[in-house]
Amino acid sequence: MAGPAGAVELRRISKSFGSVQAVKSVDLTLDAGSFTTLLGPSGCGKTTILRMVAGLETPSDGEILVNGNRINEVPIHKRNIGLVFQNYALFPHKSVFDNVAFGLKYRDVPKEESRRRVAQALELVRLPGMESRLPSQLSGGQQQRIALARAVVIQPDVLLLDEPLSALDANLREEMRVELKKIQRELNITTLFVTHDQEEALAMSDTVVVMSEGESEQQGPPEEVYNRPASAFVADFLGYSNLLEARVLASNGATTALELTDGVNVNADSANGHFGHAQVKLVIRAEKIGIASEWDGSNGDSILDGTVADVDYLGVTARYFVKVGDLRLQVIGTIDEHPFREGEAVKLRIRPRDCVVLGSA
Amino acid sequence: MGNAGIRAFTTLVYLFMFAPIAVVVLLSFNSAQFGSFPIEGFSLKWFEELFNNAAIVRAFQTSLWLAIVTAIVSTTFGILASIALVRYDFPGKSWINTLLVAPVLIPETVLGVGLLLFMLWLSQPRSLPVLMLGHILISLPYVVLVVQARLVGIRRVYEEAALSLGANRIQTFFAITFPLLMPAIFAGLLFAFTISFDNITATIFWRPPGTETVPTQIYGMLRNSISPEINALGTVMIVITVGIPLLAGALARYFARAKP
Ligand SMILES: Nc1ncnc2c1ncn2[C@@H]1O[C@H](COP(=O)(O)OP(=O)(O)O)[C@@H](O)[C@H]1O
Ligand SMILES: [Mg+2]
Repeated sequence: MAGPAGAVELRRISKSFGSVQAVKSVDLTLDAGSFTTLLGPSGCGKTTILRMVAGLETPSDGEILVNGNRINEVPIHKRNIGLVFQNYALFPHKSVFDNVAFGLKYRDVPKEESRRRVAQALELVRLPGMESRLPSQLSGGQQQRIALARAVVIQPDVLLLDEPLSALDANLREEMRVELKKIQRELNITTLFVTHDQEEALAMSDTVVVMSEGESEQQGPPEEVYNRPASAFVADFLGYSNLLEARVLASNGATTALELTDGVNVNADSANGHFGHAQVKLVIRAEKIGIASEWDGSNGDSILDGTVADVDYLGVTARYFVKVGDLRLQVIGTIDEHPFREGEAVKLRIRPRDCVVLGSA
Repeated sequence: MGNAGIRAFTTLVYLFMFAPIAVVVLLSFNSAQFGSFPIEGFSLKWFEELFNNAAIVRAFQTSLWLAIVTAIVSTTFGILASIALVRYDFPGKSWINTLLVAPVLIPETVLGVGLLLFMLWLSQPRSLPVLMLGHILISLPYVVLVVQARLVGIRRVYEEAALSLGANRIQTFFAITFPLLMPAIFAGLLFAFTISFDNITATIFWRPPGTETVPTQIYGMLRNSISPEINALGTVMIVITVGIPLLAGALARYFARAKP
């Protein structure tokens, strides 16, 4: 069974190091040419998954398939993968040319073609003519581009990147993010990217895989993972959100009335999950809640009275903790003149479509 | 003690350590038959005598051979052992590591007698191979320590990157690990060479009858008489054991600078 070129499939893949279970039965499919990101806190098993695909670790259980063929037993040097590390890992004793041409040497590419392909790869990462430099003569950003050129010049089936941007400073990181994505699109290369930075994951990926303690919590397009978290962990890990217990009061086809706490009710879109239970867990993103001194004419929106308990001033926006009854809600609001002050009375507006029931991805 | 006191004390210690060596070197250029100060005149005749003394030339050849083979063998094994110890996990690893380095901590007399007893148990007579084995035993720990330290410093990702690009383990070793290890290998070779070349204590135990190395030859000559030849031979020894590492260091610095 031969799948499309560059497609990767992990079937119930697990990895234990002694008593530590680093990866627990993860299923994952990378479509050919897609950009998939493993996102999660440090130590959740992202690198381990990547290293198993690369062939640097052997799975304790499960199967890895590339183009429909099982590769568990294939040694790393026969896998045809491109690998980019966090700290570049350019060979310090070799010139840029010898670094980029390294993989071609073991593929019996003739000298002339090799020279041409290296030049092309350097062009691609916008560092043409750098062939004779040594890695120590390059900046961090340049080194990472060369590392990328070295990985893609061999035309790998899969490109694996382990936190490739996290050693760069913030401005460069954003610039490289855009460029990396562009190169990936241009080459149409199946890519598995590892990061703990949610911004990176959301900005670059076709599919985001949120991981926690060795398990895949949720997989989906960035908007879906962000707007429709499947678990409390995902809701909490991505952005700021309010995780609330709610009691179903009444439901018609379009909206469901929920009670959050004594006398605090909101309306939710019935389409936003399964409201079949009397008790549900509700997620409302902090930036989806409107905050103002007054709201006029609501069309099904819920308006709640609250008092500002804490203010976290962030410049363009502010993060408020607002007391509503005995609830404490996180709200992110843009600032007009000056932020609301502690103790100020405010009104919160919650739209039905922003009330999502947990676990109904 | 004040600062000046410490300085004076330190100077005395160094004087005490190096003055005898300086005297030997100075006297080797003395034209007089009996070493005494003041020096009568400058002469190289004692060095000439060395070349005409067949026993000394033979001892010199033995030492040189012994040191070269020891350096090559213990460096080769040292590299292999270091790679196993640093890059791989296997049962009994820490034991083997301790055993390999142990000869550094054991007095040479004990080591000397130990190897002899072992050979006796195997019913092997003292021979040149036994002497060579002993020298390798003594110098191996230094090579292992130097190469291991360097290997720990070579990040594994370099090797992993090479593997991912299609080089197998052996190709990866020769393309990546070996060149990056070069300074340590060089240092290991020199260490092993000088340790073998100027070893005396263990050598006295191990050498077969009739075989002399330069240090045992000097020792033997000292028992008979104090001839100025010994001063000349001592000077040659000092030049070799101090000069070679210095020269190597200078060469290493030169090549490091010459790189683009
Ligand atoms: N070679 C190893 N030996 C033992 N434990 C390991 C090894 N590699 C990773 N681990 C453990 O596996 C877990 C996952 O690690 P890792 O995949 O590196 O996480 P992440 O990349 O998400 O930060 C961690 O608890 C880590 O300590
Ligand atoms: Mg990691």
